[in-house]
Amino acid sequence: MIIFLRCVSAEFAKIFTTRLWWILAIVLFCYIGLLAGGLAALFAGIQTGVISPDAVNTGGGSTDFGSLPPLIYSFASSVGYVFPVLLGALATTGEFRHQTLTPTFLATPRRGLVLGAKTVTLILVGAGFGVVALAASVGLGGGVLSAFGVNALLLDSETWLLVARTLLAMGLWAAIGVGLGVLVPNQVASIVIVLAFTQFVEPLLRLAASFLEITAKIGNFLPGAASDALVGSSFLNLANPSASAPLDWWQGGLVLLGYALVTAVIGYAVSWKKDVT
Amino acid sequence: MPTGAVIEFTSISKRFGGVAAVNDLSFTVEPGRVTGFLGPNGAGKTTSLRILLGLVNASSGTATFGGVRYRDLPHPLATVGAALEAASFHPGRTARSHLGVYAIAAGLPRTRVLEVLAQVGLAAHASQRVGGYSLGMRQRLGLAYALLGDPGVLVLDEPINGLDPEGIRWIRGFLRDMAAEGRTVLVSSHLLSEVQQSVDDVIIIARGQLVHLGPLSSLDTDAAPQTIVDSPDREALAAALTAAGISFSIGRTGLLAATGDPARLGHLAFEAGVELSVLHRQKAGLEDSFLTLVGGGHSL
Repeated sequence: MIIFLRCVSAEFAKIFTTRLWWILAIVLFCYIGLLAGGLAALFAGIQTGVISPDAVNTGGGSTDFGSLPPLIYSFASSVGYVFPVLLGALATTGEFRHQTLTPTFLATPRRGLVLGAKTVTLILVGAGFGVVALAASVGLGGGVLSAFGVNALLLDSETWLLVARTLLAMGLWAAIGVGLGVLVPNQVASIVIVLAFTQFVEPLLRLAASFLEITAKIGNFLPGAASDALVGSSFLNLANPSASAPLDWWQGGLVLLGYALVTAVIGYAVSWKKDVT
Repeated sequence: MPTGAVIEFTSISKRFGGVAAVNDLSFTVEPGRVTGFLGPNGAGKTTSLRILLGLVNASSGTATFGGVRYRDLPHPLATVGAALEAASFHPGRTARSHLGVYAIAAGLPRTRVLEVLAQVGLAAHASQRVGGYSLGMRQRLGLAYALLGDPGVLVLDEPINGLDPEGIRWIRGFLRDMAAEGRTVLVSSHLLSEVQQSVDDVIIIARGQLVHLGPLSSLDTDAAPQTIVDSPDREALAAALTAAGISFSIGRTGLLAATGDPARLGHLAFEAGVELSVLHRQKAGLEDSFLTLVGGGHSL
């Protein structure tokens, strides 16, 4: 146990002695802040009539977005989740790329312990990214909502449950990044997969899956859909209100955890326990 | 003072695909001595050392420190210090944070970081990013990592590569000091001349197999003795040698006669009435013995 705790603190030291974490955190904050703040202004403006519904093309559809605060706040995870995945994948593939597996395994020859410590560490740092993302979505988004006179629901327990579930989701996403990193140790390939899957492949799959009842049920198990189910709100559901009922929040959490564990276990076998040359 | 453990290789073999990189390697390395692990590039030195350190799995055989495999050591960094050839650093970390990470992982006091950096002469560069280090500085940082746990055993893969002359002199003294303190010191090199001033024992491998084992002086053999002999009348000398049944070749400074007995050649010449201008025994150097052992040193 003491060895495991040492490994965890060594993994923390690895992350915080390079520049990657704060660069990603700053970009995350700006990105989510801009998106949440901007869209909060747009939606709140339409809802409160400050912006005339005629001024925006809603396709003749409804201008009722439901309760705005959860929608805006959930940008932290529904858009920001790519950042913890990237951090986890880069922290893991970096060990292969810079050959730091050699000193790491010399200091701790029990490799499973190292991978476990890395996963635990990244879950915690990923949750830290969740704090950053929520500071942007709740802080800036909520501030804009209040400015438009929309109740930001900051004293609502539902809001704080969403915050807590967002932290959990962001932590699990970082663990998935670690799993992907051991599964695909090539750093460039890993980054390409993260970006292509999260920004392009999965949104398309979710959209395509929603057309049929049966595929929609399967689509609920896609990692992004599971994450949105865990957090409980997402703009993607807004765009697609007819989709079948999402998973329960805890089911979504278990699905994400499952992705993290399965990738880590397979990755352990295909790369982590192999010869370090 | 940490005491060294005996390193023991027992029938270590490693195949990559169908190719045997290391084949049935067995030897021991004693504490209190510097042991050179020699062989041409590609002979299997690095693979053997990585097997010893648990980084590469052997196809068969065991390699242990005092009877314990590396991965079973309760305090690996405090028992064995290793510096391997590859530069294993994140370029964005400073030397201090690089070592700090592994001091934490091994449960070593953080004060060791600055101590070992001072020991290898990098104290002034402790807060510099490793990406800006020269090859020699990286070698020293690798050595600092090996020393972190003040181990009784040092395993160093090509530690002299990339060092400047001052660094080479320093590391020679360093290796001697470590052995004098009772530690086990195993140093690999592809050049005997690089380590011959430092090592007590040599283990020589070629093509993955052990070809020689023993004290450095055991290399000082004369397997094919030669004597250089010359005369103003080289043809008469050649005839005399041929008549006596001594084979020879023509060298730059005279005839290279295949005998280790200059007195006999002198006597032959005297009897044949040939005047000699040169007569001396050609002594094969350690390097020659080494090159002969590893097969002519084609890959050098």
